[in-house]
Amino acid sequence: MTVPAVLGHLFPLTGAVLVGLGLCGFITLRHPLRQLLAVNVIGAGIFLILGGLGRGEGVTDPYPQALVITGIVVSVALTALGTAMIARLSEDRRAAGSGPDQPKDQDP
Amino acid sequence: MTATFELILCVMILGTACVALFVRDFLTAIAFFVVFGNLLGLAWLAMGAVNVALAEIAIGAGVTGVLLVLTRSRLLALGEEIACGPARPWLRLGAAAACSAFTTLLAAAVLSIAPGDDLAPVVDGLMPRIGLDNPVTGVLMAFRAYDTLLESFVLLGALVAVWSLAPPAAWPQPPVALRMADPAALNVAGSFGRLLLPVALVMAAYLVWVGSDRPGGAFQGGTVLAGGFLLAAMGGAIGLPRSDDPRLRWALVAGPLVFLAIGLAGAATGRFLAYPDGTAKALIVTIEYVLAFSIGVTLALLVAGPPARAGTGP
Repeated sequence: MTVPAVLGHLFPLTGAVLVGLGLCGFITLRHPLRQLLAVNVIGAGIFLILGGLGRGEGVTDPYPQALVITGIVVSVALTALGTAMIARLSEDRRAAGSGPDQPKDQDP
Repeated sequence: MTATFELILCVMILGTACVALFVRDFLTAIAFFVVFGNLLGLAWLAMGAVNVALAEIAIGAGVTGVLLVLTRSRLLALGEEIACGPARPWLRLGAAAACSAFTTLLAAAVLSIAPGDDLAPVVDGLMPRIGLDNPVTGVLMAFRAYDTLLESFVLLGALVAVWSLAPPAAWPQPPVALRMADPAALNVAGSFGRLLLPVALVMAAYLVWVGSDRPGGAFQGGTVLAGGFLLAAMGGAIGLPRSDDPRLRWALVAGPLVFLAIGLAGAATGRFLAYPDGTAKALIVTIEYVLAFSIGVTLALLVAGPPARAGTGP
């Protein structure tokens, strides 16, 4: 499969736009969980840039592929730590009773 | 044909990312994020990077999606709203302007780099020396084994960090049970989990084994294992272990320890993380199996979260 010259940059450019979108979301969204999702979108964009630029005539360069796999695993570790911290913060707020949120017994 | 497909794929990736970021309801956002991850997997497939596609769909879309859904339900049970009011107009305008400028710069930087697989021939030339056929596994386990070793310790470190968030009174208790509250759903998930856990075990073993010659590998196999564990735990088929269980501790550190030990043995005979001639494949497969098991347990516990007092949580 030969890739036309114009299309060689298609996935890396998509990745660049994803980084921009994620950054915009990270700034404008005010809830930490949504910001964590935005960080994941930024990460996905960076992986697309890194891996997409390793795309050759026949195959994609295995070297960036391995780096991207490493990156995906590290980003899930980061997400897990982030969600645990957000949940702990929320528990502490509820225990302190200082937040505007009143504990509810039923899910909406 | 290929060009049209890739163009549509990129538009869909950007569209789902927009919805995942900016839709009001968070559950919708997570659903679109999972779709986004799967579309990214398709993009990696289109690039011929099947190893990355597997990792992206299993970890990027699957595990991250489960993490977000679980955290959402935990916050809701604590009575916290995940809705966020619209940002101030000037903030939105400023963010949009700054991010457009940044994207333009980034795009210019991307366009200034010519895509190429310059390292592929180098890696291909080295592959016969380690006796594997999958160049990505070769890079992960041999040529850049140092990165992979550190990565396995990063996962372990993340779990230690998550555990350190446990309230003092909760310490060696298991995490909040993942069992579903609805009896009918628990019944379905329970039978499905019991059925799927052995299948996941076989599939993980296969993915690791096949990873030396075809797409697959320790991380993909470990994630499948973690998926099996999580589903079984959600259905109540298996319970979550206490954090001070010595068997659990060994299961967590076995992978990184075996990797480190084989690396140090290489240092005794030559260089750190270098495999002696002729034994490379056997050593790599050994490391990968133990590593996949440890990754599976670590990922499942990362999703389950820190130890909690009995009787708390949803």
